[in-house]
Amino acid sequence: MAILINEKTRIIVQGFTGRIGTFHAQEMIDYGSNVVGGVTPGKGGQTHLGLPVFNTVKEAVEQAGAEASIVFVPPAFAADSIMEAADAGIKYCVSITDGIPTQDMMTVKNFLRRFPKEERMLLTGPNCAGTISPGRAMLGIMPGHIYIRGNIGVVGRSGTLGYEAADQMRALGIGISTSVGIGGDPIPGSSHRDILERLEQDPETKVALMIGEIGGPQEVEAGKFAKENMSKPLVAYIAGLTAPEGRRMGHAGAIISSAGESAAEKVSMLKELGVTICPTPSLMGQTVAEVLAKL
Amino acid sequence: MNIHEYQAKEILAGYGVKIAEGGLAYSVVEAVQRAREIDGDVWVVKAQIHSGARGKAGGIKVCKTHAEVEKAAEDLLGKKLVTHQTGPAGKICSRLYIEAGTNIAKEMYLSFMIDRVSERVIMIGSAEGGMEIEKLAVTNPEAIIKIYVEPAVGLQDFQARKMAFALGIDPAQLNHAVKTIKGCYRALRDLDANILEINPLVITANNDLIALDAKMVFDENALFRRHKIAELRDNTQVDQREVAAGEAGLSYVGLDGDIGCMINGAGLAMATMDMIKLAGGEPANFLDVGGGASAERTEKAFRLVLADANVKAMLVNIFAGINRCDWIAEGVVQAVKNIDMKIPLVVRLSGTNVEEGRRIIADSGLPIITADTLAEAAEKVVRARNEVAAKKA
Repeated sequence: MAILINEKTRIIVQGFTGRIGTFHAQEMIDYGSNVVGGVTPGKGGQTHLGLPVFNTVKEAVEQAGAEASIVFVPPAFAADSIMEAADAGIKYCVSITDGIPTQDMMTVKNFLRRFPKEERMLLTGPNCAGTISPGRAMLGIMPGHIYIRGNIGVVGRSGTLGYEAADQMRALGIGISTSVGIGGDPIPGSSHRDILERLEQDPETKVALMIGEIGGPQEVEAGKFAKENMSKPLVAYIAGLTAPEGRRMGHAGAIISSAGESAAEKVSMLKELGVTICPTPSLMGQTVAEVLAKL
Repeated sequence: MNIHEYQAKEILAGYGVKIAEGGLAYSVVEAVQRAREIDGDVWVVKAQIHSGARGKAGGIKVCKTHAEVEKAAEDLLGKKLVTHQTGPAGKICSRLYIEAGTNIAKEMYLSFMIDRVSERVIMIGSAEGGMEIEKLAVTNPEAIIKIYVEPAVGLQDFQARKMAFALGIDPAQLNHAVKTIKGCYRALRDLDANILEINPLVITANNDLIALDAKMVFDENALFRRHKIAELRDNTQVDQREVAAGEAGLSYVGLDGDIGCMINGAGLAMATMDMIKLAGGEPANFLDVGGGASAERTEKAFRLVLADANVKAMLVNIFAGINRCDWIAEGVVQAVKNIDMKIPLVVRLSGTNVEEGRRIIADSGLPIITADTLAEAAEKVVRARNEVAAKKA
């Protein structure tokens, strides 16, 4: 099963012919993702990496049956590309682009809410490493070889910390159903909670691992959701124990600006909600293994 | 990005918000000149630093004569002001804003920000101004009014009126209050600000509604389209290491510890710092070198970390995805040689081409300590730091 993407998902790349788009499109194709083409306005009709280039996402949907897209468009134009994908009927969009203005994301989210829920495009990112269903499809920029197929569903804000978790699990022989990067921005396309909702529905996923950070309320909201609605165990790690208040730690969203946003506060609230906490970032794999052993 | 009070006031005045008469001064002579230009018999000399709570730190001085203005300017210019927002290092005051004294009848609070929960602009007001809203939120949460703005239609007049009445504005002032509130909202939206705060918004003895202080924080990601705002950046108010890092395309935050860090990715950087702390050490910095760490960038990152004289040992933790461990290893070897590094260095590489990367480090003949896991890396760097500290003592 896995969630969001599998080997059949028909993928297009927005910002296909650019340097970054080209590199990662090739990596995704090599991984086995079903990339069916790409979009670069003005270059429609050309062929790139042996695949058709379209002027609009709508054409890619109509002519190539595109279902999912990945956005590599520069920050100034990324919000527009995401909204174009939603309008064209794309079901799932990953935005890799880092540096999209916050008010643009506010517009994007407002635009998405205009669609009825069943027709609404799911967006993950921006500023993320993408999504991978190991052994099936990669819609992202991660090193595919560190992920093995298995029963752990992963959701995290950080790319490299997600790699670290996958690597620790692989060392213990534990695989992943789907790993979803939701990105480090203050207004993300999807929250931890949105992804946990899907992992709960996925028969292949046995345990969910949430990799969170300081800043914002979304980890605790995800914990509340898990307590009330999840039958599967939730394991979490929250990065940023040493982060001082009011200082932005790289990610635009990683800033402690009000009560309940520090790592220590989040950890204590999650513990109260019955979430299993990884005591250190080097024990993410081990903690998941222990929870898995108890099932 | 933060800007100064006088800059925020200038912006807001352009949006129909009333402010007291005032002028900027870079010197004592200019400060007295500004006071002479402003009618009245009371002047307020305000230190322009990127921080709130300036009053408590002695950064705001009320003066009754030009001689007092001169004295206040002498006291403040070039002085480091320490507030709870600046941290112990404080911020240097190199600009003063000289403002006409205001006879305050009533103080209120008004702010706008992008709310992460509702993903909308939220307008927050309180009839009790002048104090910290965070404290008021704890002691008297009912005194705080919150109004959410629907992004597609923007702030409506009825919402502005609702806020004005909640603030206790006199009906005679209603139209101006609506204009002020809507002007603030427009400034936030038009200029890509994340936060706009007026604390206090005051009613004067003459029944005028004015912004007595103003703070605006702008979205760094939107500065590419807000050139006039980008020009307001004052690098004297920012940690110089962070300025240098920004110019090199690196994300750096200076901290109080003595273990230097260079990591790729913000989340992994925070996690590595957590590991250092759990192993008994204290990180000297947060440093995210990002995805494409070239040899040149790696050397810049090393120089930045080592510029902090407190650093006793350094840890490099790279999980290569798009990047390759062999490229990173070559960059590290080159940086150590070029810089002639004297303190212990622990390197942990993982991910793409890791064997090749480890071989490059081993073959370099340099005294680099290597580690395979995150936990091992943290333990080794803390041990190395402790050995250096023991030798010095």
